[in-house]
Amino acid sequence: MGFQSENIEEYHDIWVFCEQRDGKLQNTDFELISEGRKLADERGAKLVGVLLGSDVKGIASELGGYGADKVIICDDPALKVYTTDAYTKVLCDLVNDKKPEVLLVGATTIGRDLAPRCAAKLHTGLTADCTHLDIDMDKYLDFLRESSTIEVDPEKFKMDDTNLKMTRPAFGGHLMATIICPRFRPCMSTVRPGVMKKSEFDQAKADACELEMYPVSLSEDDLKTKVLEVVKATKKMVDLVGADVIVSVGNGISSDVQKGLALAEELCDALGGGVVGGSRVAVDEGWLSDDHQVGQTGKTVHPKIYVALGISGAIQHKAGMQDSEVIIAVNTNDAAPIFEVATYGIVGNVFDVVPKMIEEIKAQKAAK
Amino acid sequence: MRIYVCVKQVPDTSGKVAVNENGTLNRASMATIINPDDMNATEAALKIKDATGCQVTVVTMGPPPAKAMLQELIAMGADDGVLISGREFGGSDTFATSQIIAGALHNLGIGEDDIVFCGRQAIDGDTAQVGPQIAEKLNLPQVTYAGDIEKDGNTLKIKRLLEDGYMTVEVKTPCLITCVKELNTPRYLTVKGILECYDKPITVLDYEALKDEPLIDKTTIGLKGSPTNIFKSFTPPQKGSVEMIPGTAQEAASALAEKLAKKHII
Repeated sequence: MGFQSENIEEYHDIWVFCEQRDGKLQNTDFELISEGRKLADERGAKLVGVLLGSDVKGIASELGGYGADKVIICDDPALKVYTTDAYTKVLCDLVNDKKPEVLLVGATTIGRDLAPRCAAKLHTGLTADCTHLDIDMDKYLDFLRESSTIEVDPEKFKMDDTNLKMTRPAFGGHLMATIICPRFRPCMSTVRPGVMKKSEFDQAKADACELEMYPVSLSEDDLKTKVLEVVKATKKMVDLVGADVIVSVGNGISSDVQKGLALAEELCDALGGGVVGGSRVAVDEGWLSDDHQVGQTGKTVHPKIYVALGISGAIQHKAGMQDSEVIIAVNTNDAAPIFEVATYGIVGNVFDVVPKMIEEIKAQKAAK
Repeated sequence: MRIYVCVKQVPDTSGKVAVNENGTLNRASMATIINPDDMNATEAALKIKDATGCQVTVVTMGPPPAKAMLQELIAMGADDGVLISGREFGGSDTFATSQIIAGALHNLGIGEDDIVFCGRQAIDGDTAQVGPQIAEKLNLPQVTYAGDIEKDGNTLKIKRLLEDGYMTVEVKTPCLITCVKELNTPRYLTVKGILECYDKPITVLDYEALKDEPLIDKTTIGLKGSPTNIFKSFTPPQKGSVEMIPGTAQEAASALAEKLAKKHII
């Protein structure tokens, strides 16, 4: 057939699409650049950030501080606010011209709109919502030894494999799947926000980062959608991902939702301050707004302390919280799957147990 | 005017998930449901049908039993169904799937007033990729994460939900829209709908029917042709180290607080 994307030996370098909103870089950008640095070193390749926007040259070098060797900037008034049409055209033109081997995109509401559109246009594969990435085979096997129940036998793997190995939870984290895209380039992946670790910012590296302005070619015909307005939520969004303590509620508070939420708040405070989260039920029932949801469809969190109150532990939920440092679960059902991932478990009713927990935790802290 | 709604039959992952010994999903043992976001997509289409009397066609790719799901959606109010089904299509990744569905929609014909609705994402894969990929293959503008839709003639104003707010996007038909659960509450089936659904047409499109479709590259469909492949699938090790704290609420709470303090967690 002859697709350009089949000429895989022509493709080099690791790219990260860096998202800006209101002219500001996003946390996900720094996480992906930090992860991209690791991949670029494994591959002996250059790490390039790609930044689309209007008047954004000034913010680009910060990406260098997290590991980008270079940032390619596409600057145009039409790129100020994200639109599928303009961003797809500009990013695909750039990829077809410069041919990166890997293209990482944050799995945000923007990235998950842009990446599939681009993958279809570029005739290449895309893996959604990855939580772990490797190129080097030794490193991948180490990851398997640590994160799977598989007996890893290096003899059974092609150790010089250089495909990007993209691992993601399937079916709510019950299964993990490593996906490759062997026949086409770039290898594209969206990456879950909050999963990859951000490196330390290094000013010297930021100063040394190369910036390249790349000309944008867009015409009226390319733009079929029009953004009329962008509205920020008036209420402060809940920062689940950055919280040290999360107390989540589920079906177990259904008999008195107001009281259950109040207890969760109080327990947060007793534990030193944190954020109230919820299972899918809590959000679907309208007890909490969407931004509180922990799980595969909500947010992936790894706080120091995660408390699950009356949450049975459906796989969707566990996928979003099982990497928390300490997990405390309270549930009336001693066979609830939440206990499979918990550090400490108490079988009992939330309304009986939590008031006592608050009291006792306060007492322990006062005694210190 | 015709509205296509792309829907998927998925295993009900809200309950216990059954896994085969080789690590793949034991689909046969699990109940199937209509993907939740696709119900919202169907409702969005039926609302426009209520206002305009347009034709609503539900489209799915899947094995022959998926026909029952199409019948259910017809009982909800859709006019007809299309089942894309063939062994050659099995095992397709999102890229391959979207090529096949785009090919089928192209084959059925998309007019100037037409709209394609999809759910945001399916609960079995959670990728949210097939909608945008169909849009690209059909060269249609797309709006994803639709939380509200206003239609005035051929112009749609869509509230596109973001993590930190929303944007209002204007787009003209033909276009593709992916719907989230905030968009609406899907209606119930009516007795009349159920009685009549068996008389409404369901077209089956197999490989033979679509093989000359220009939007389908035959080298990139199915399990072997899909651009992405599963390199390895595995189950994460069970933590299984839970320490259950016994006793009355008072006793358990006290013991827990003591443990947390001892380990300097609080």
